[in-house]
Amino acid sequence: MSSETLWYANRATGAVCLVLFTVVVLLGIAVRLRGRLPGLPRFGTVTLHRTLSLSATAFLTLHIAAAVIDGYVDITLLDAVVPFVSDYQPLWLGLGTVALDLMLAVLITSLLRARLGHRTWRAVHWLAYASWPIALVHGIGIGTDTGADWMTWLTVSCVAAVLAAFGIRTAHAVRASHRTPTALLRTPERPLEGARS
Amino acid sequence: MTATYTDIFMPPRLLAPGGAPADFATHERRYGPVSYGNPAQLLETVGQSGLTGRGGAAFATYRKLVSVADAGRRTGRAPVIVANGAEGEPASHKDKTLLQLSPHLVLDGLQLAAEAVGAGEAYLAVEAGASYLEAALAERRRDPLTVKVVRVPKRFLSGQSSALTSYVSGGAALPQHQRPPVRERGVNRAPTLVQNVETLAHLALIARYGADWFRAAGTPSEPGSALCTVHVPGREVRVVEAPFGMQIGRLLPLGPTGAVLIGGYHGTWLPASEAAQLPLTTTYLGAGVLAMLPADHCGLAETARVLRYLALESAGQCGPCLNGLPRIAAAFQALATPGPQGTTRTDIARWSGLVEGRGACHHPDGTVRLVRSALTTFAPELDAHARGFCTATTQTPLLPVPNDRT
Amino acid sequence: MTHETTTIDIDWTACQAHGLCAELLPEHITLDEWGYPLIDGAPIPTRTTKRARRAAADCPVLALKLRVG
Repeated sequence: MSSETLWYANRATGAVCLVLFTVVVLLGIAVRLRGRLPGLPRFGTVTLHRTLSLSATAFLTLHIAAAVIDGYVDITLLDAVVPFVSDYQPLWLGLGTVALDLMLAVLITSLLRARLGHRTWRAVHWLAYASWPIALVHGIGIGTDTGADWMTWLTVSCVAAVLAAFGIRTAHAVRASHRTPTALLRTPERPLEGARS
Repeated sequence: MTATYTDIFMPPRLLAPGGAPADFATHERRYGPVSYGNPAQLLETVGQSGLTGRGGAAFATYRKLVSVADAGRRTGRAPVIVANGAEGEPASHKDKTLLQLSPHLVLDGLQLAAEAVGAGEAYLAVEAGASYLEAALAERRRDPLTVKVVRVPKRFLSGQSSALTSYVSGGAALPQHQRPPVRERGVNRAPTLVQNVETLAHLALIARYGADWFRAAGTPSEPGSALCTVHVPGREVRVVEAPFGMQIGRLLPLGPTGAVLIGGYHGTWLPASEAAQLPLTTTYLGAGVLAMLPADHCGLAETARVLRYLALESAGQCGPCLNGLPRIAAAFQALATPGPQGTTRTDIARWSGLVEGRGACHHPDGTVRLVRSALTTFAPELDAHARGFCTATTQTPLLPVPNDRT
Repeated sequence: MTHETTTIDIDWTACQAHGLCAELLPEHITLDEWGYPLIDGAPIPTRTTKRARRAAADCPVLALKLRVG
């Protein structure tokens, strides 16, 4: 496989990872919001979130493999797990490595979820909200396609989607924190909102 | 300060007459010294005495001690003992009074129970204040275990056993999912004995005088005595000691009309005529509150105020309780107001069924007990309200509700 | 001859009314008017145990637990 093929493979899988992990984040937020996807039962949201995260991980593996195998740039397997030590673009590559390390923590704790208990699992899962933007910045900084129109549109769409979803999620959490017994009692005249609000 | 009257219903046990706090010297003079070093014998005596818990659940104390001791042996972790004097029930003063007047009985019982289960740590939980406890502890020289006084937040649920162990462990004073139960995994994940302070005081006397002495009061099936907080309108609130089996009509000046709240805010309303004949029994005792409601007060309005308080005191963790109790309280307020009732009664019945048994603690269950007994006992008043008028002649609130904003 | 029974136990302090359990075990779990699970407390028959284990694993907040006794 020529270096050029590997290089294209790396860029392509990188773009696919951006899309897939964006969808995974959106689905994770959908689960948190108790959202139903059209046509799917409730457990469909969770199942899709998990399945796609595994697919995204598979593409990420290809993305890393293409970079490591490619002889044209000096990226070793060590650079994939230890950040900021590479010869090639240590900062931007290093950010990718950080994102990978965080994602691995999320992935492994999710696989061991039942054994770890909900509190531990949840604490680590929050790292996903750090991993995604770090991976995004890695892509923008190191990416060969950064200047191209299609890449710009793709990136902007993904950022907009995640920001919007995160905003809704935060608003939901704030509203839920206000649903104390005191607050619920203060509205005796109008119908009280149910759990699905 | 709650006065202990000269109304004596039995030879005093826990609260000696005179109403003055007993320091350690007075305590030893009155009751004699207690001896440690024979936990197996104590367990046997407690079993024979038939002592049950005075925190509301009336669980057999012997079985509780044995299960905690067993859990300690099984897990290899030294148990923890927590003496529960939190008394979050607003109408109940018995634990505070006991701790103020006879603290050394409680502290003796705490050491004895700790020895019986093999405890390595001891805590005494109270609400804020009660600085005399540290003074009482300082007087004691022969205690095997050091007792740490823990002051819990002033909330209704602070004394719930898993809320208490959570708070002592450094967490929030909120009920926890009890699987495994607190007796297996409580304070810092060690098997924990949570025992009401009155139970410990009885235990301290049983250790001195034996099971037969304890059974000399009460009935064969319900031996012993209990502290009750008695609320009579126009009189100061009193804490009295009464034997099981004594008719409630002897503890309260009941007439043919009116109602009585027995147990506390998770208790039962009964018509005065029915309550007068009722013997004091663990089935109804609850937190030991006996509150008279004369006929010129509206029982529905009183219950509505209490229900509002109970809804506000929900921990807010469990969906059914968080959703159900405020709705029940608001609906009951509608019933307490004369006028058309619409679907309110069926709504309350439905929500009551939905909150029962669906939570981490028994707060919704106790609330439902109060609601159902109120709907039964105040049925004539409900009819009157539905027809647009109230039979009560006074609006003065009677039952104590903290921070009442009605 | 003794056999093990599996029953559903809910950690009410964790449950957030996601409702997945009711979808996976419709014969044993329905939802109340606020979205919280209503269970009958009866043991789960052996043929449903696998789905019950999935419901416990899939609960987003791990509020549904299976008790073997």
